[in-house]
Amino acid sequence: MLIINDLNVHYGGIHALRGISIDVPDNKIVSLIGANGAGKSTTLRSIMGIVKSTSGEIIYKDNDISKSKTKDIVEHGLALVPEGRRIFPDLTVVENLTLGAYWRKDKQGIQKDMNWVFELFPILKEREWQKAGTMSGGEQQMLAVGRALMTKPQLLAMDEPSLGLAPLIVKDIFNIIKEIHSQGVTILLVEQNAKAALEISDYGYVLETGSVALEGEGKKLLNDDQVRKAYLGEAI
Amino acid sequence: MEIKEFLQHLVNGISLGSLYALLAIGYTLVYGILRLINFAHGDIFMISTYAGFYLMSSAILPWWIAFLLAIILTCILGILVEKAAYRPLRDAPRISLLISSIGMSYLIENLAIVFFGGRPKTFPIPAIFDRIITIGSVKIPTLSFIIPVITIIILAILLHIVHNTKTGMAMRAVSTDYEAARLMAIDVNKIITFTFAVGSTLAAVGGIMWGMKYPSLIPLMGVMPGIKCFIAAVVGGIGNIRGAVLGGFILGLGEIMLVAFMPALSGYRDAFAFILLIFILLAKPTGLMGKNLAEKV
Ligand SMILES: Nc1ncnc2c1ncn2[C@@H]1O[C@H](COP(=O)(O)OP(=O)(O)OP(=O)(O)O)[C@@H](O)[C@H]1O
Ligand SMILES: [Mg+2]
Repeated sequence: MLIINDLNVHYGGIHALRGISIDVPDNKIVSLIGANGAGKSTTLRSIMGIVKSTSGEIIYKDNDISKSKTKDIVEHGLALVPEGRRIFPDLTVVENLTLGAYWRKDKQGIQKDMNWVFELFPILKEREWQKAGTMSGGEQQMLAVGRALMTKPQLLAMDEPSLGLAPLIVKDIFNIIKEIHSQGVTILLVEQNAKAALEISDYGYVLETGSVALEGEGKKLLNDDQVRKAYLGEAI
Repeated sequence: MEIKEFLQHLVNGISLGSLYALLAIGYTLVYGILRLINFAHGDIFMISTYAGFYLMSSAILPWWIAFLLAIILTCILGILVEKAAYRPLRDAPRISLLISSIGMSYLIENLAIVFFGGRPKTFPIPAIFDRIITIGSVKIPTLSFIIPVITIIILAILLHIVHNTKTGMAMRAVSTDYEAARLMAIDVNKIITFTFAVGSTLAAVGGIMWGMKYPSLIPLMGVMPGIKCFIAAVVGGIGNIRGAVLGGFILGLGEIMLVAFMPALSGYRDAFAFILLIFILLAKPTGLMGKNLAEKV
């Protein structure tokens, strides 16, 4: 579904991605893990056209989208839950969700998806008219996921959805990711919580200073000595 | 002072306040979305009065078509200013944007001097705005009614757009986070263009009514109202539409009442805005209706 080929990204003089190649097959959950500054967010941001790559291809459904505008990328079915939530704090919950569907014209479909989001996150329904900025961190994270779902993605990328959440809510978030996936949405997940991420993933990539250091099936990576030592914090 | 006289001043203050409010909204909208003080805004206001003047003087068009055309032309000018002077600097430091807007302001002023001439022109007032209504013993020009009424109608439309339409929602989203807005498939440039169109249209409506109320036009006539309305926007809390309106009315009414109650101070009429600004900045730096927004650099 999404194939990244030898992607390079520079921020001024910083060479943030050094020839990354990643494959996200249709209907799978793929995880990117790696230390701080490895280039995980940069990968997701370049997929969405927020940062422009200096070379390489990003093929989505047989089209190279590496030069496309974010707006077109979203309309083609890709969505990102950005790092740090980035909900619109002055807008209400419903307004945030409505903006997710900004480009869509199918009124009934929008209503249906809104109901689906409220099913996934009942708390959002309760807080329908609350200003998003006044909600708790966990609620804001749910809103960020809900808002991305309203764009009607076929591939949903999430940048550290569990960051800063209480352990119980982290469990909820991973369950929700599985639930979204079961509705036919392909998932590309960036997580610090490597264990939980790999457990639900079909495939995983380990990034190190802008390159893919290791890749393999989720279960395989979970049992890999190197991964366990470096990212799962286990003593071996 | 007699009640009759007071009412007369009140009516005048409300008209002036309305005009200030219309102009102040443009500052607040653009600041909200670009974090830019659009120095060219007062000059765009000036151009609208000249556009009205020339279209009216052609004497071919009925007044309302002339006014409508003047408003449309001004709206287009506002959009062009944004495209030419601000869009290329989207990723530049804010100070570059500020300098660009000062440059734009001088450019428009000087082009106006070249093409319109420095000598004052007299705005032709359509007869229907030139009548006087007598209520009891108070004489009020029709214009003094029309100005606040039109202002209120326009305000209602604007607030409706900003709060109840998708475009308005997108405006509010873009003004807090460009990147998140882009992720919602919002075309940020389009929303910024729309914001300038709205701001310039409001300035033009205000400009034409200004031309009828104060019919002497000169190329630098936008400077003082521009500065005052920027102050009005800051006093109300920049970025906040209702705040800009409140600031505009406080300034307009305050100015008129100052001159009315203390004629000896009438020479300080223009200083009133600055004194008000100083007091507000000391007492409530974010403005009367402003919230404590973190500086977006
Ligand atoms: N806007 C930017 N300007 C300059 N350098 C940047 C920018 N964004 C990221 N970088 C640099 O690029 C590298 C990769 O950053 P990135 O945000 O992709 O890392 P990450 O893997 O998401 O890290 P984290 O786990 O901390 O979120 C880092 O060295 C970072 O400093
Ligand atoms: Mg990151």
